[in-house]
Formats: sequence, C-alpha cells, structure tokens
Amino acid sequence: MTERTMNEPAGIHLGSICGTSASQINKAFAGALLAFAILLPMLAHAGVVSVETVNMAGRYMALGIVALGLDLIWGYTGILSLCQALFFALGGYAMGIHLAHQGTLHNGIPESLYVVYPYKVGESKGMEVLPWFWLIFKPFNLTILLGILIPGLVAGLIGFAGFISRVKGVYFSILTQALTVAAMMFFSKNEMKLCGTNGITNFTTLAGHELSDPNVKIGLYVVTLICLIGTYLICLLLTKSRFGRVLLAVRDSETALRFAGYKPYAFKAAIFIFAGMLAGLAGMLYTPQANIITPSYMEARWSILMVVWVAVGGRGTLFGAVAGAMVINLLYNAMTSQWSIGSFDWKPDYWPLVLGMLFILVVLALPDGLAGLWRKMVGRIAEVD
Amino acid sequence: MVAATIPDYKNERPDQNQLWDKKYLLFLSEITAVFDGFKALDLEHIGVMHNELRVVIGPNGAGKSTMCDVITGKTRPTTGSVWFGGEEITKKSEDEIVRIGIGRKFQTPTVYDSLTVYENMELSLPGSKGIFAMLTARRNKTERDRVMHLLERVRLADDVDTEARYLSHGQRQWLAISSLILSQPRLLLVDEPAAGLTDSETELTGELLLELKKEHTLIVIEHDMDFVRQLNSRVTVLCEGRSMAEGSLEEVKTNPEVIEAYLGR
Repeated sequence: MTERTMNEPAGIHLGSICGTSASQINKAFAGALLAFAILLPMLAHAGVVSVETVNMAGRYMALGIVALGLDLIWGYTGILSLCQALFFALGGYAMGIHLAHQGTLHNGIPESLYVVYPYKVGESKGMEVLPWFWLIFKPFNLTILLGILIPGLVAGLIGFAGFISRVKGVYFSILTQALTVAAMMFFSKNEMKLCGTNGITNFTTLAGHELSDPNVKIGLYVVTLICLIGTYLICLLLTKSRFGRVLLAVRDSETALRFAGYKPYAFKAAIFIFAGMLAGLAGMLYTPQANIITPSYMEARWSILMVVWVAVGGRGTLFGAVAGAMVINLLYNAMTSQWSIGSFDWKPDYWPLVLGMLFILVVLALPDGLAGLWRKMVGRIAEVD
Repeated sequence: MVAATIPDYKNERPDQNQLWDKKYLLFLSEITAVFDGFKALDLEHIGVMHNELRVVIGPNGAGKSTMCDVITGKTRPTTGSVWFGGEEITKKSEDEIVRIGIGRKFQTPTVYDSLTVYENMELSLPGSKGIFAMLTARRNKTERDRVMHLLERVRLADDVDTEARYLSHGQRQWLAISSLILSQPRLLLVDEPAAGLTDSETELTGELLLELKKEHTLIVIEHDMDFVRQLNSRVTVLCEGRSMAEGSLEEVKTNPEVIEAYLGR
C-alpha cells in the first residue's frame, strides 16, 4: 500500500505524532493479510476450514497474478489490453496438456484428446498419434518454461506489431479482444487436436503427486501464494524504478516521451510481454487447482471481468489490483451459490446484475477503486488518532 | 536603413559546400511540405549558425510549427532536406533526432502529470534511454545537483516533490524548458515559450533564453513582439509557408512585404 500516486492525507503529520501514521496502518494491514494467508493451510490441516476453501483461495490468488500484469499494462501504462485472458489460457493449456499426459491413456493418447480425436481421411481408430505440440509439454520443466515463454512470445508479436505501427487506445483494445476470440475459435476446433470445446480435464497427478490428495491441494495453494508474493515484489520493484516512471510517462504523454529521446513502443512492448508472462504463469497455477482448462476461458466476458477486477480494486495500485481480483471472486463465489434469508431466495442468476452495478458504482463513486477508498479511510483514522 | 530580405544562401548549401557545418549548425534546404494538396511549407534556404538565437515570427498559419515538425522528424517534408551538425537528418526518426541533439519544447508545455517535478526532470537526463538503463538507473548526487541547479533558476526548487498536475501554467512552461536544457541538446527548438505567461514570468523566460544562448543554439518561435524585442536577436519572418525576410527585428519591420503580410492589404 505504499503506492506512489498516494496523496499525503492531511492528517498524516498529526497521526505520526500520536504514533499511528497511514503507512503504519498499511503495514499492519498487509502484515495481517500475509499472516492470514500463511495460516490458512494450517487451519485447513487442523480441520477448521475445508480444503476446498484453501483450494478456492489458491485459484483466486492465481487470478490475482493476472490482475497484477493487467494493472501494469493498463493502470500504469494506460493501455487497455483485452487479451490477458488469452495469455492466461495459453499458460493453462500448457499445464493442462502436461497433466493430461499423466492421466488415463487410450491407445497411448490422453483421454481428453482421445474422445474428440478427429480422424482424417484414410485414418481409422487405432491410428491416433500425438501431435508434436503435445509432446513438447511432456517434460515438467519444459512445460513450466514454455507456459511462460509462449504467452510472452505471443505478447511480443502483438505488442511489437501494434505499438510500432502506433495502434492506440480503443483500437488496441478491440484488436486484442478480436485476437482472443479468434484464438478461442481455434482452440475449440476438434481438428486442432486441442480437445475442442470440452477442453482438457480429469487430471490425476502432477509431478507424481495425486491431485485429489488434500495435502497436494494445500501444497498448490502454498506454491501459488509464493508466486503471488514473488511477482508482487517484482512488480513493486518495477514500478519503483525509473522504468516504472517511464511507464507512467507513456500514460501521461507519449509524444513528450518520444521527443525526450525514448522509444515508447519498446517500453510498451516490454511491459506487455511481462504482463503476458504473468498471465501465463497464473494460468499454469490455476489449471491444476481448477482441474480443467477449456476454450471458454478465452471468452470476451473473461477479458472484461479481468478489467473489472483491476478497476474495482484500483487502477495504478498493485495492491488494489490483487485485492480487486480476490474481492470480486469471493463475491462471485458467495453470490453464485444458492441461499435464502427468510422467504427471500437468492439465485445465482442475480450475479451479473450485482457485478454490473458494482462496476457502475466504482466508475461513478470510486474512480480510484477500493484502494482509493482505503487510502481515504486510513487518512481519516490517522487524523483521528 | 535597408529593409531586410533573404540572405543569399545559394553557395552555402550542404550539398554544394563541404564546409557548411563550420558555419551552420542547422540548414534547411528547399523544404516543402504538402498536406492534401495544401502547401504548408515552401522554404528556400534557412541556415542557423552555431550559438545563434534565431527568432521565427509570422502570422497564424505561416508554417512555424510545421517547420519545427519537419526539423524534429514529426513530419516528413515532401521535398527538400534538413541538415544538422554535418549530416543529413531528413529521414531519421523522432527519437534518433533527439539523440543527435535537437530538443523541442512544444507550444503547450508537455510535462508528465502524474510524475513529480523531480521525476519529470529525471527522465530528461542525458544518457541511454533504453529499457535496461531505466531498470538499473540509480539516483546520484551529481545528477541531483544539476537538476536542483536548473530548478532553482526557474523557482521550482521548493516544488521538487509536487506532482506536475498541480503546477501553474507558467511553472509547467519552465519545467518543460528546464527538462529541455537538462537533456543538453545542441539545438533547442522553443515553441512559444511566453504564451500565457504573466509579464514578470515572460521576463524571466527571456532572461533564461538569453543565458542559454551563451552555450547553445536556439530557435525560438514567438508571437509576442515585446518578448522578441527583449531577445534582441536575428529574426526570420515566415508567411504562408515561405521565409519572407531575415535580419534584425528593426530591419524586418521595415520590409514592405512583411508590413503587408502583418497588416493586410
């Protein structure tokens, strides 16, 4: 919460005299959150919370990593990218294919592919062969590497092509959204041998560990938590460096930056690639915890949803982006389950309405999102003290 | 007094005279810029000497800003060539031209709103502008001293940690000029530095530019005649894309063509 766009609250000096400054409150809050995140697996071990809860938290943390990347490219650099979902799915598919290799096999090919295996003319059942883009994801280490590099490479192609030819603003957003939808069509075709619309599912083991084992689920949560903290710190370093200030300068005035001797397209492409890699990593962490990856993760609603996380959390603040992803997803979880108070029955169908209203509320009343609200509150508390 | 006309540059064109760069830092040769059939610029020759402060005046739409765009690579000329410091720069990109040593302050001062005054200046420090250099950049005292020295001169030293969005118009002008100076260009293109400033602010800006003249070459585009008088330098008059006259302010003011262009028939 030590964001650079923070306007010093009026009461900060008063507060620090009395012993509580805004930054101290922020540190205490961050510490408490971190402690809770670390304690969660232990609570699960002791049976206080269910393993499913830990698994859910792990999945949402993976989505928090996507939000970090989107915040860098949108919040800091001012480029609204709608293809983070594509990068996420690329990472997810890399891990999905790897996991499928270790699952049930039919005639030597993974079940998910077998059920939709498209036979060419002259081919009959029993002639199935694994295409090369399945074989490269067999080794674990190579999968991890490719799951990050492939989204980075795709981001590099889109980024350099788009930014050198100065595709800007809404046009870039439309371009990225169109590419994501095109990719979804591509992945949905059985002929592409990527398991069609069913996607890849029914995973059993990851690196020799049973995925159904509660301890493995908790382990995946811990790995995701470490990745989230690690990527958060890297992003923090990036935004605090002069590189981060160049990103803000791109957002404020790209022309001025060009006439100061910089190549804005190189900086835009670099951060776009980095954000793509983060999304790829997130996809790899998400897939074994969700136990499925399908082309539906490339639907337009996912791209938009990611934008909503960052907008609700607070653009241009790393903490806000992660918080937004977590809060919206927890809300989603609560509001897409059936419950009733008295005679009122809550229906999962209401969720899109809630999400839409939340988005409008943030745009109208909280332009700086939850992070902005938090800053104001902390400012008040520091003042009162 | 003889009214000023265009000096005879014919024998000094870079493609004819190998030694042109001994005398001139910048030379524009037969530049035309045509947009949709409209000739925005139709210059014969303009040479700017080393350590000269050249003022460019002219009525609205005379092509002053277009000339700047051509020099800085923002607009490609339809025909003609731009020469700078011994080489032709007509086909170079904007950021290459900046690195060769031409800096520009735009008509409306361009500063980065969400960066502080100090951070704004920092991005103009000379040196590599690559990604790696930006990732590894560390602040040091010599840099800080140079930045602070410049900021003190324009009375911004107390606002180093203020975000640029909170600055007044005059302060933004000065911040833009200071960052331009900090980048140590060999030629400074200053587009309307006095626009929208109060009288005392204008005077300080004038002093600043005259100080710069000692070590730099400048082209200043200006409307304000009092300000031009304060600068007391060689003036080029542009009109309808042509350079109409060149000389001291007093000289060009007596040129009948110039009088006609400014007052109308």
